[in-house]
Amino acid sequence: MAYEAVPGVVETREAYGETTLVVDPARLVEACIYLRDEEGFSFLSDLSPADYFGWGAVGVAGYIGTAAGRDMHAPGSQGLSRVPDPKPKRFSVSYHLLAMSAAPRRVRVQVWLDDAEEVDSVVSVWPTADWHEREAFDMVGIRFRGHPNLVRILMDDDWEGHPLRKDYPIGGEPVRFSGEE
Amino acid sequence: MAVSPQTRIYEGTRIPSPIPTILQVDPAKHDLEDILTVNFGPNHPSTHGVLRLIVDLDGEAIAGISAVIGYLHTGFEKTMEQKTWWKCMTYPERIDYVSYQYNGLAFVLAVEKLLEIGVPRKATWMRMCLGELNRLHSHLIWLGTSALELGAISMLWYAFREREEIVLLTEMVGGARMHTRYFQAGGLAGDIPPGFYDVARKFCVQMIKGVDDYETILDANKIWLERTVGVGLLSTDDAIALGQSGPILRASGVDWDLRRDMPYLTYHEVDFDVPVYSGGDVYDRYKVHMDEMRQSVRIISQCLDRLETMEGEPWIADDRKVVLPPRHELHTSMESLIHHFKIVTEGYTVPEGEIYLAVESPRGELGVYLVSDGGPKPWRVKFRAPSFVALQATATCMTDAAVADLIAIVGSLDGVMGEVDR
Repeated sequence: MAYEAVPGVVETREAYGETTLVVDPARLVEACIYLRDEEGFSFLSDLSPADYFGWGAVGVAGYIGTAAGRDMHAPGSQGLSRVPDPKPKRFSVSYHLLAMSAAPRRVRVQVWLDDAEEVDSVVSVWPTADWHEREAFDMVGIRFRGHPNLVRILMDDDWEGHPLRKDYPIGGEPVRFSGEE
Repeated sequence: MAVSPQTRIYEGTRIPSPIPTILQVDPAKHDLEDILTVNFGPNHPSTHGVLRLIVDLDGEAIAGISAVIGYLHTGFEKTMEQKTWWKCMTYPERIDYVSYQYNGLAFVLAVEKLLEIGVPRKATWMRMCLGELNRLHSHLIWLGTSALELGAISMLWYAFREREEIVLLTEMVGGARMHTRYFQAGGLAGDIPPGFYDVARKFCVQMIKGVDDYETILDANKIWLERTVGVGLLSTDDAIALGQSGPILRASGVDWDLRRDMPYLTYHEVDFDVPVYSGGDVYDRYKVHMDEMRQSVRIISQCLDRLETMEGEPWIADDRKVVLPPRHELHTSMESLIHHFKIVTEGYTVPEGEIYLAVESPRGELGVYLVSDGGPKPWRVKFRAPSFVALQATATCMTDAAVADLIAIVGSLDGVMGEVDR
């Protein structure tokens, strides 16, 4: 299946039988409207953000290992057998689209963002993106330009930080009702 | 006796604007001085967990509503990033604790796809059999609790009568009533125990009778009909735009089921029908659930027929880099001991890549998005939770509803809060 006509595509990847269209963030909404209206992707299945901070390097939360490979002298070390391919930017946001036609198909639209970089909201294209984008903002800190109600959804309103970022530590959260007070 | 209700769904769209998930009070329609804001939950018996609804009432009519979630957020996705793939298997089952087996299945299938590991056919058929048993389990709990909330108290006991048989079957296979961790990357944790087929067949007969019982109780119940028919409408276009899936989507007239349209496991080899209703109301969602239970029993019977011909076949792939060696080998084989030690301590590595895999869970499209960096731990795990998406439809369904309908509508959306908040 060719998607050359989709506006703003910078790269097309095929892996595990899935098609990934990497789209220029500035033209995301344009690409989404095209996919919805011309290609029949009327259903937004899922919106998944991912943080690649420390991808293939050392010292990331919960990850022990070295970029060069396994450290055989450190007992219990869980390193990489090879360094993974580098990623273009820190964050990716993947939009998993589904076309409910006689020959159903899926496609993944992906945008890459740096820290503090914004991307346009697709709530106007698929209303279901509302909570998905709020979750992506809450958990990973992606900012969606034009979202009508971009507030936290799973964490408290006054929570600090974005838990699914790789530089967010495990444990160490302040305990509210401890006996010391 | 049973009324066949004719409801007319609304035309076009009525998704609230500008925020699709919040119904705001319309000053033109309601006198703002009469608006009373009531807080339902987070601990309200009818919210199926810890869901909070902020409702603006104009007399008995709902003028505005917004749902607040997150009270059951446990950070499953963050936790799984810290565990080896092998240890992660226990988590998905606990995300949606009502359809545990199906959640485990989705994750295991996704990991297997990244590993590109072959699975013996016996394991595939058994997964399907347990998956459908689990669908019955989930639908029964839904039916029992939703009917209970609308006053049909006896329904709960009938539904739990059959539900008990299912957890006993699960216990027979995996040793635990729920959360068995029976599905492993590569196949099943153990062989199917002797006697399972007989008990399962007996259950199929009981279940078909059970579904008839439930329908007899509810379809002849005037209160049930009046509280469900024409309530909580959701049109076809709105259901798709709001990303609804599973029974909600099929009750709104969309003929879509991943098991049939994008088959996984061996669903393309079994006969079953996909029930579709076009009323888009609470009653039609109930009917879809009932018909799906009958179809699940059909699939289970076909699975049992196939499984009985596979006596003595392997139930897990013979791949020592991923699958634990048989226990008895540990006493005699150094090689097996090393493999066992490596898998348990360090875990197996999964090739670098990213995938999105979706299955038709009892609640709809359950998607798993995985990113692996080639190491023994997942880099990123994301669940596309069908109930999380389903609750986005609350505002649209509640338009023009009365406060009493709220209970019926929230129940019909079938949200399991563990899965909503993850």
